[in-house]
Amino acid sequence: MNRKMVRTTIGQVMIVEAVLMVLPLIVALIYKEYSLLLPFIIPMTFLAVIGYLMSRKKIENMTIYARESFVIVALSWIVVSMFGALPFVLSGEIPSYVDALFEIVSGFTTTGASILTDVEAMSRSLLFWRSFSHWIGGMGVLVFLLALVPNAGNRSMNIMKAESPGPSVSKLVPKTKETAKILYTIYLGITVIEIILLLIAGMPLFDSILHTFGTVGTGGFGVKADSYGSYNAACQWITTIFMMLSGTNFTFFYYLIIKTYYKAFTMEEVRWYYGIFAAATIIITINILHMYSGVFESLTHAAFTVATAMTTTGYATTNFDLWPSFSKTIVVVLMFFGACAGSTGGGIKTSRLVIALKYCYYEVKKMLFPKTVNIVKMDGKAVEDSVIRGTNVFILLYCFIAIVSVIIISFDGFDMTSNFTAIISALSNIGPGLSMVGPAGNFSAYSNLSKLVITLDMLLGRLEIFPILLLMAPSNWKKSKKKR
Amino acid sequence: MNVVIVGCGLVGRTVAQQLSNENVDITLIDNDYQTLKTVSDTYDVMGFCGNGASYEVQVEAETSKADLLIAVTPSDEINILCCLLAKKLGAKNTIARVRNPEYIHQLEFMKEDLGLSMSINPEYAAAEEIMNLIRFPQALNVQGFENGRLNMVDLLLEEGNPLIGLKLYEIYKKYNIRLLICAVNRNKEVIIPNGDTLLCENDVITISTTQTELEKFFEAAGIRKKVIDSAMIIGGSKIAYYLTQKLVESGVDVKIIEKDEQRCVQLCETLPSKVQIVNGHGMDEDTLDEEGMDEYDAFIALTGVDEENTIISMYANAKGIDKVITKINKMSIFDMIKSADMDSIVFPKLITSNIIVSYVRAMKNSVGSTVKALHKIGDRKLDALQFEIKENAQIIGSPFKNLKFKENNVLIAGIIRNEQVIIPDGNSSIQAGDSVIVVTHASDLHDINDILR
Repeated sequence: MNRKMVRTTIGQVMIVEAVLMVLPLIVALIYKEYSLLLPFIIPMTFLAVIGYLMSRKKIENMTIYARESFVIVALSWIVVSMFGALPFVLSGEIPSYVDALFEIVSGFTTTGASILTDVEAMSRSLLFWRSFSHWIGGMGVLVFLLALVPNAGNRSMNIMKAESPGPSVSKLVPKTKETAKILYTIYLGITVIEIILLLIAGMPLFDSILHTFGTVGTGGFGVKADSYGSYNAACQWITTIFMMLSGTNFTFFYYLIIKTYYKAFTMEEVRWYYGIFAAATIIITINILHMYSGVFESLTHAAFTVATAMTTTGYATTNFDLWPSFSKTIVVVLMFFGACAGSTGGGIKTSRLVIALKYCYYEVKKMLFPKTVNIVKMDGKAVEDSVIRGTNVFILLYCFIAIVSVIIISFDGFDMTSNFTAIISALSNIGPGLSMVGPAGNFSAYSNLSKLVITLDMLLGRLEIFPILLLMAPSNWKKSKKKR
Repeated sequence: MNVVIVGCGLVGRTVAQQLSNENVDITLIDNDYQTLKTVSDTYDVMGFCGNGASYEVQVEAETSKADLLIAVTPSDEINILCCLLAKKLGAKNTIARVRNPEYIHQLEFMKEDLGLSMSINPEYAAAEEIMNLIRFPQALNVQGFENGRLNMVDLLLEEGNPLIGLKLYEIYKKYNIRLLICAVNRNKEVIIPNGDTLLCENDVITISTTQTELEKFFEAAGIRKKVIDSAMIIGGSKIAYYLTQKLVESGVDVKIIEKDEQRCVQLCETLPSKVQIVNGHGMDEDTLDEEGMDEYDAFIALTGVDEENTIISMYANAKGIDKVITKINKMSIFDMIKSADMDSIVFPKLITSNIIVSYVRAMKNSVGSTVKALHKIGDRKLDALQFEIKENAQIIGSPFKNLKFKENNVLIAGIIRNEQVIIPDGNSSIQAGDSVIVVTHASDLHDINDILR
């Protein structure tokens, strides 16, 4: 284990966080919330000083392997969350540290679940920090670091793999640094376009910036108690479209930019993703037609809700908890599926789902005709065995963790639907569930233990289980005998 | 710069490692997914699974946009096909590794038609390097520049060597011979020395000089001179074939021990008849003794198996043979081998990748100079680069003592002017058209101006 490299990288991440905190500080200045300056400056100072001390020494051995990468990613996220929670506590607006941690982890993991009972009472700069954490967490703080650091080293790809979602992460261009830059450029581009469009559609500037952070990071923190309910249909449709775009594999946009349209539009995952979206929207529109005043209104709500569930964003235009149980079930199932690999969304991911379904189909076929030879293909290419195995293990672990978590939080005595959807929504990084934790409710009623479990689930979900799980493996912490 | 490498073998890997540190965009093509995955996880490169000689794969990997395609798969034919295809698609330059001696002449003949910028024959290059070692038997390693006009020679300071305990300026003063000590390797730590560096026992020093000066130096310093008149080669590989030709040319008696009878017959047909060819196994003590191994001055292990070469060489060392040279293919055991007490080791793959890397550096059109050759010295930790100086280089004209070099990081080890070697001192200066050899720690030196502060 190359601990020096782990320490240095985490130090760098801390400095990056300190710099990013400048933005909410500026917001506090603009809105004259002077009492909030200190709650930001204190953690910033700590981050900057500790980060500097940790990354100050130049290290000779930059070699890291997959396990160092997992540890770096997991620890970075934990450290970033722990410091990110401080402004809430120090300002006194969320006095309990557990609650603040829940809130900020929910932000960084782009979950969007909240323990706040009254969002509108929060100060502007804290609301900004909350939503901005979606934006940072969406593409990943280490990917951001990789785009910045001049010499990320040869094995930086391992770090990117550990942080980016999807069964097999690949590069867009030969250099990791360039790949990270391209990803962030696309991300920034989508962000700017959405802010402008929302402004044109009539949303106030502050709201449109925050909602854009929530949308492109597929997070879901808003500024209003009824989330998106009070905005006009144009805003709702713009958000629907951008949620879907942010949940698309970013490779798709890269192909568009370099004008290889053929490759872009034949991406199997993207086709499935939009296919599922269209099918679910139509079914739900028909199912809820009687509840709204016309086809257009029910289509708007259906499309928005399907997008919010699939991309794991978690906004709501309407309280879908009141929908017929058929529609509700579809929404919950979509939460499982999640967005595309290589996007900012969470969940199991469409590509994993497709691989698993194809694999199941072939296995069943093999039972009928034992001598058939089949291989799972994606985009016309054979999927490697290791990827299939990884996919299966991931889905299994996902279910195991969900079950264990549901059991733990059911000690609190709430109903089954709430508990179950709360965990699914945490693991898939969605935000609201159904019943008590539905679009109109929040997570504040849970005990501290449950909140911590849900917090952990959010991290597990965002980092796709393995980094956090491997962090706990004792063999990871053996010291190499010879001092390097 | 955009480089596509076809073939993820040892050479492909070493080149990828070198170049990925030099801000070159590298795409690797190989048809084995696992190997590709390991390499692309280890180095900052993009992997592409498929047959590099197929049109679809090359289109998808965008070889058309490549500045250079390097084909280093195990098969000569595939390498040539790769290059042909890439050239057609629009790649600017192509390099193919071609090893079969039967193709060598044909390649020169067809280079234009095939669109090849360069072909590399690793076995031939390795044979040349072994030949250098035979010429300087006292040396652990020899790197030749400009066809051996200037050499960099690694010397181990064993107990009793008169250089031990001297500072470099004292050595230069005492012997008054034109040479420069350009690297000192002490306990795996490699430094570029200055005049005050003190030499200790067991240091490995790298000397830059010409062959005649070196011989004078050995004589003056009383270092035991060895002359190699006879050599025993184990394994009748392609390297053995090229090497034997060279050895015979310089009048050395050669005996080759090869286990495969067919190969023996082949060698007999192609090599001069004064070469003795024995059909026997190199891993057999009786065979070695019967053929009189301890009567030979040099012993060269060239079988296809690294482990066999290592063991045979250890045996030869124990027998007290003057010069033992071992060929090792796997770069991954470099450090393991180094920790065993071996005389001289030759890594054909490393030689090949050095040739490719220096070609790539030369391609990066720099302002005042171009890189002509690159060698790794001092336990692979230093680069020795040969620059061709163009007329607009900043460095021209001023004596070195007036120039500010990057501290402890560069040393000008030699100048070749009009085919004459100049070992520089503070009063020397560089002229346009010179060939300058620079020793450096930095791995990304592209231009002679970069050595100045």
